[in-house]
Amino acid sequence: MDFGAIFSAAFALIVGLDPAFLAIVGLSLRVTLTAVLIAALIGLPLGAALALARFRGRSAVIVCLNALMGLPPVVAGLVVFLMLSRSGPLGPLGLLFTPTAMILAQVLLVLPIVIALTRQTVEDLWGEYRDHLRSVGLEGVRAIPTLLFDGRFALATALLAGFGRASAEVGAVLIVGGNIAGYTRTMTTAITLETSKGDLPLALGLGLVLIALTLAINAVAFGASRIGARYAG
Amino acid sequence: MRDLASILPLDVRAVAFHGDGRRLVDGISFQLPAGGLTVILGPNGAGKSLTLRLCHGLLAPSEGTIAWARGAEGRNRRHAMVFQKPIMLRRSVEANVLHALAAAGVAGPERRERCRTALERFGLGERAGQAARLLSGGEQQRLAIARAWALRPELLFLDEPTSQLDPAATRQIEELLSGLVAEGITVLMSTHDLGQARRLASRVLFLHRGRLIADAPAADFFAGPASPEARAFLAGELIW
Repeated sequence: MDFGAIFSAAFALIVGLDPAFLAIVGLSLRVTLTAVLIAALIGLPLGAALALARFRGRSAVIVCLNALMGLPPVVAGLVVFLMLSRSGPLGPLGLLFTPTAMILAQVLLVLPIVIALTRQTVEDLWGEYRDHLRSVGLEGVRAIPTLLFDGRFALATALLAGFGRASAEVGAVLIVGGNIAGYTRTMTTAITLETSKGDLPLALGLGLVLIALTLAINAVAFGASRIGARYAG
Repeated sequence: MRDLASILPLDVRAVAFHGDGRRLVDGISFQLPAGGLTVILGPNGAGKSLTLRLCHGLLAPSEGTIAWARGAEGRNRRHAMVFQKPIMLRRSVEANVLHALAAAGVAGPERRERCRTALERFGLGERAGQAARLLSGGEQQRLAIARAWALRPELLFLDEPTSQLDPAATRQIEELLSGLVAEGITVLMSTHDLGQARRLASRVLFLHRGRLIADAPAADFFAGPASPEARAFLAGELIW
């Protein structure tokens, strides 16, 4: 098969809206979006609280979180695998090799990014707003909604960074999902498998979708910061 | 609700504040009755800002007491503060005022009404929907004052409110402040600008190196201050 043929076959898959192909793309999006949503619900308030709280060992926590942003996906996958495996603490739930397990693993990857970037954003904002917010009686937990709202453009970028990391990784979902066709096969695991099998059009088609997705994320992130600069100053 | 008992006079007694192992202000005592515009005058680093922050409750004194005629803490504390560099939330002009009112616990419909009144009162009605941080420096400071005014304070603290503004904007803010005093709001502001103190003050507290050197009606202070430091400051000499 020459390159031209591979490309045209890949395009045919995308344009033809092949059901199996769409199912893979759909599952990938569902897993990653759910993971980002959960990470946002946990990470935004936690990051803001960490920005405002002062306690012993805070610096160590921040360093650890920053380090966790670079946690290798396979290690995150391994941790979740150990937790969910039959003899693990969450074994009885029977979640291993399900989309839920993949979501859990990706939450583990996205959460440090969301917490660390939220912490930074909120801490900077608090430095700027502190006098005024304290003057109108907003301190501690009561200041958090204001700070999260006013950091909305930077925080949107943080969530998109998390989405980018989760959608591109293969190690974690492969380990805990098992790459089961039609059930836990995502774009990245499918590309890995199909490339080794030699089904290059499918691999390339999924690759093109992934690249388009990355491009779209970056465009949205860029747009968010531009709108932020124009509207919020 | 003006029918509540007044929080004034404010009684500042022997207040000191320590920072970095130094006494940044020390032994400050004065009373602030209702009415008039009192200026805290002094060179940079004299402790003017610090004194205002202590009075407003942003800092706790290391020694001494700051007492109000009645409780003036928490949500409806009836004293508000405007800072040297206007702190504008990343929201519209209107949302900045609404946010402060919501923080003070003002209910929805009244919040909107008070916000509208405040913006009209300070000539910002046309700007309601614009991003606050894109206003000019003078407009931002005007919004900061409108936002504080909307909280209906009895006493307004202003920390060098015009030090970052050009002469035209400064003049505008000074006129606003005179208007507030005429309205019955008590004002305590800091400045290092002698001309401004002469134009606005009814009373002068002169601070130098964290100590209150003079406390006099403005006319007396400018006619012939008692202390050598104040005389030197008026003469435009460098004092340390």
